[in-house]
Amino acid sequence: MKSDSFVNVLDVSIKPAEELALLLRPPTLGDWLLGYFHGVWVVTEIEIRKLRHDPFELVTRAVQPALWLVIFGEALSRLRAIPTGNVNYLTFMTPGILAQSLMFISIFYGISIIWERDAGILQKFLVMPVPRASFITGKGLGAGVRALCQAVVIFVLALLLGVHLNWSVGAIVGSLLTVLVGASFFSILSMLIAITVKTRERFMGIGQVLTMPLFFASNAIYPLAIMPDWLQVVARVNPLSYVVDLLRGYLVNGNVPNAPLAWAVLLIAVLIVQSIASLTYQTIVL
Amino acid sequence: MGNIIEVENLEKRFGKHAAVDHINFSIEEGESFGLLGPNGAGKTTTIRMLITLIPPTSGVMRIAGLDVQRNKVIIRRLLGYVPQSLSADSTLTGYENLLMIAKLLGFSAKERKQRIDEVLEILNLTHAAHQMVQTYSGGMVRRLEIGQAILSQPHILILDEPTVGLDPTARRSVWETVNLLREEAQMTLLVTTHYMEEADMYCQRVAIMDHGRIAASGTPAELKASLSQPGATLEDVFTTVTGNTLESGGTYREVRQLRKRARRFN
Repeated sequence: MKSDSFVNVLDVSIKPAEELALLLRPPTLGDWLLGYFHGVWVVTEIEIRKLRHDPFELVTRAVQPALWLVIFGEALSRLRAIPTGNVNYLTFMTPGILAQSLMFISIFYGISIIWERDAGILQKFLVMPVPRASFITGKGLGAGVRALCQAVVIFVLALLLGVHLNWSVGAIVGSLLTVLVGASFFSILSMLIAITVKTRERFMGIGQVLTMPLFFASNAIYPLAIMPDWLQVVARVNPLSYVVDLLRGYLVNGNVPNAPLAWAVLLIAVLIVQSIASLTYQTIVL
Repeated sequence: MGNIIEVENLEKRFGKHAAVDHINFSIEEGESFGLLGPNGAGKTTTIRMLITLIPPTSGVMRIAGLDVQRNKVIIRRLLGYVPQSLSADSTLTGYENLLMIAKLLGFSAKERKQRIDEVLEILNLTHAAHQMVQTYSGGMVRRLEIGQAILSQPHILILDEPTVGLDPTARRSVWETVNLLREEAQMTLLVTTHYMEEADMYCQRVAIMDHGRIAASGTPAELKASLSQPGATLEDVFTTVTGNTLESGGTYREVRQLRKRARRFN
């Protein structure tokens, strides 16, 4: 009965002085850490639930890497214009296309927080007693999960196209972890851009401007060796190059010579954007 | 009961424009308090400062005796907030919208289920719990959002224009629900609205805001009586208080003095 359930709620709602005192206690570092990790987990779950309700996005996202592999990849394989050592070009570029597609998914991910700000969802979360850093990390992991789905699609495409990848457990786990961390980095970078520019129009403009150099000034579809010196320098500071190094190492060569460096670069990059984004997150509502 | 919210000399400037211009008010524990005024009067800015979303330019806000600026994290534990825009996540179901808030608040699985079921029941949404919010009517979304805000059983429930865009039936049900919650669950209610007749019916005390200032405050009955015009409505009060300001170009203090004088004559 309706009235009964009401009484029920009200019983627990009556707040004696002790309960108020408990609420008024100052937060400790332990509270913050617990709240952070718990918050990350829940925010990631929210993102996964959204994806589950509307998986169509994953289908449309799969089209572009398929076109790159089938059209660009097949054409350049025949041309043999790019020196790729002892692997054929299609095999060489497959990890690069995986890196590209995780970057494309993530670099526009930040628009979701502009949308949530406009809808008032973000304001509601901002006034909850939950550390703000957990929204950044959780959303970054949410983008990571999307990118993992994309990785599975590309693996299937690679199988269909007869690309010779290294299918060992170590290679798959290593590359999936790379995808997760890489997507987190680019999506948090994207949120940082959204926090800074605040409007959809400016955000889309900057996103478009960024994707081209990030992709072409990297080793995604050709080796660094064929670039002029100045471009090699740009490619070396481009985090996407390190994502590609790791993916190509795990999936094609079977070993990653500079794995510690690449992982260090990616993790430090994540830490930097995460810190700045967490500290500036609330300014998106100003 | 004492004051749960106290605002002294609160100011918020955006560049040269003073969105909130040195206002003072206090809200008693358990009271339903309405901030009235047209769009752009500074109501939402005031609320956003109170809920720790934006910092004030100057002035002091205290909630439960604590300085809001210095105790943001604690203050957030006491509040339930329903923003003006329909802010439930339309890409999730109603149940999920509640579940995610309950999880963020750190309730155990058992507690979550109990609270969510109760909230759905109170807000009459049980039948639609597992539908996507996209399919909800405006009134249902609003009720769901109130549900999200009361999951934590807050001391203070703050609603920004809760009835904007709703049909008359939905409006009444929103007001009746929040007032029932206030009475039974001992919450304090702070509501902004530009619907004067709703404030008259459902708020115990109101402050009328215009151009960032509080032009008049008191119980609706007091304010209406101050006009000494039989059958006066809050709408009339509003026109008198703010209309004079506009016409005479004077400050609200001048207008108030003018009105006090006028009252003595009557």
